[in-house]
Amino acid sequence: MYIVLFIIVVAIWAFVDGVVLDYYFAERFWYSPITAPPGSRGLLPPVGITNEYGTGTWAHPLGTDHRGRDILVRLVYGSRIAIQIGIVATGVGATLGTIIGAVSGYYGGWIDDVLQRTVETFYAIPFIVLMIAIMSAFGRGLWIAIVGVSVITTPIFARLIRSEVLSVREEEYIEAAKAAGVRDRNIIRRHVIPNSLAPVLVQATLQIGVNILIVAALSFLGFGAQPPTPSWGAMLAQSRTYMLPDPWFSVWPGLAILVTVVGFNLVGDGLRDAFDPRLND
Amino acid sequence: MSDTPLLKVENLKTQFFTEAGTVRAVDGVSFTVERGEIVGLVGESGAGKSVAVRSILRLIDSPGHIVGGEITFDGKTVVGFEDEPGTDGEPTRREEMLTNTEMRSQIRGSEIALIFQDPMESLNPVFTVGGQLRELIELNRGLSKQAARDRAIEILREVGIPQPAERFDDYPHQFSGGMRQRVLIAMALGCEPKLIVADEPTTALDVTVEGQILDLVYDLQDKYDASFLWVTHDMGIVAEICDRVNVMYLGEVVERASVDDLFYNPQHPYTEALLNSIPRPDQSTEDLQPLEGAMPEPINPPSGCRFHDRCPEAREVCQRTHPDLRTVTEAGQYAACLKHDAFEAAYETSRPLTDESPAAGGDRRE
Repeated sequence: MYIVLFIIVVAIWAFVDGVVLDYYFAERFWYSPITAPPGSRGLLPPVGITNEYGTGTWAHPLGTDHRGRDILVRLVYGSRIAIQIGIVATGVGATLGTIIGAVSGYYGGWIDDVLQRTVETFYAIPFIVLMIAIMSAFGRGLWIAIVGVSVITTPIFARLIRSEVLSVREEEYIEAAKAAGVRDRNIIRRHVIPNSLAPVLVQATLQIGVNILIVAALSFLGFGAQPPTPSWGAMLAQSRTYMLPDPWFSVWPGLAILVTVVGFNLVGDGLRDAFDPRLND
Repeated sequence: MSDTPLLKVENLKTQFFTEAGTVRAVDGVSFTVERGEIVGLVGESGAGKSVAVRSILRLIDSPGHIVGGEITFDGKTVVGFEDEPGTDGEPTRREEMLTNTEMRSQIRGSEIALIFQDPMESLNPVFTVGGQLRELIELNRGLSKQAARDRAIEILREVGIPQPAERFDDYPHQFSGGMRQRVLIAMALGCEPKLIVADEPTTALDVTVEGQILDLVYDLQDKYDASFLWVTHDMGIVAEICDRVNVMYLGEVVERASVDDLFYNPQHPYTEALLNSIPRPDQSTEDLQPLEGAMPEPINPPSGCRFHDRCPEAREVCQRTHPDLRTVTEAGQYAACLKHDAFEAAYETSRPLTDESPAAGGDRRE
């Protein structure tokens, strides 16, 4: 049920993002990310159109920010970045982690030791510290953030799938495949990974929410997407100064993060129920 | 080539190095399989049968290791160790022993196929039955996808799957146990191996299906001219399909005979005991004489003859002297028991250990 609900929400959101942002808002405010000509001021409004701290008008339903930019437009555009980072970083992390964990669990021995100790080392460092270190070394920006979040996501999946592989590799069909002369890499690809994937899919869905939160936190600290790109975390950070005169400025991006993260968590819960029938009882 | 056996196992030793000590799961086993022959390997649970056949395919996982002996298959050395250990005390591999890669590409699946005990667990649940069979044929025979698919459907028909083209895209859970065992036999035959090793393939099936499977194996063996090494603990199956039988006890072969000699004239007390524990139509269950006790741990086998503490015919000399496998009858039957003259072990003059074996199964037998 959660899944159906979530799909409906995503569909509405896609409609808002695609139709409303590109046509409706573009017509009205001239600065849709798609209709804005390359190299132009993009999401910055033309000088003169401001509605400082204004709220609840038909022209700006959620008001404008300190630079007179429409909050709703930035919120909708920020959802692209949040989802992009959430899905890409989780996808990369889950893929890498699955490969590392499967190889590690299947072979065991010193390969397992080396891979697991490496992975655990990354796991042991607090993720914010690790991310800040990565971004200090390689620079700030959206793509660096995605790479960084992928790196800190990988160990979670590596450890998760390894534990699953440890039991799958003892299954008789794995031994049957060995006896039939199948190469190790094909056994891992065709037999081990497909049979250990269910918890990874659940974890991946949950992890998208977590990663959106991480990136929002980084943006809040100024390490994520750089202005004028509208990211939810950065909007929150900017709104701090205006908390007293315009509290709604803080509420909207916070609400956006909350709804998205809770949404992905509910999908993850739904998937877990679907994959593990025992939990239904 | 034709006068050398297809598979020759000589003095094979496979040991597991555990924290509790070295488990001598297979301790000096020798047997042969000729071309076109069905050879049985019989014994109780824990006798080392499965370890022996997995050693033939070199599928022993750590902490297990093949530590000695020689296995030749069709002119290739699957396992070959020097008689003398190397300078570091470890067994030395001979030059001609196949590498792991050669084992995988030349032997496993394509030359020797293995059929497992539990058909429920031996198929990958996430892929279709046909897909798995097709992939195997494609890999080992180098056929195109379509040709492999056609061949897979043909084999499924041969092993008695009705409507094979329709069942091709079904998943393993949609097949019954007997059907899955047929699929596994199809997988084994798919690459037309010279030897098929069947590790208790009918244990998990009911008796009717077991009969059907045995018939099927008999027919297919004629057609494909494959040899079988049939591992089982069921003497009924042995009587039905095997040409020759090796009886294993605690990691050793204790008797080797043709199937008729074994049933009518067993030469080892263990074989006799096994035969006495089978229900027969002319006896009531009270007449059954199950073998007393359990097999000792192979980690610390009994001294002398390993069977002496359960043997109804054991004598004092059996505790001291370990018998090897020798020819004991003119028909060429082999047994490892000191009671035979071939051993010259003063068995007749030795004191019987009757007080230690209350079962005394051998004496009450007709």
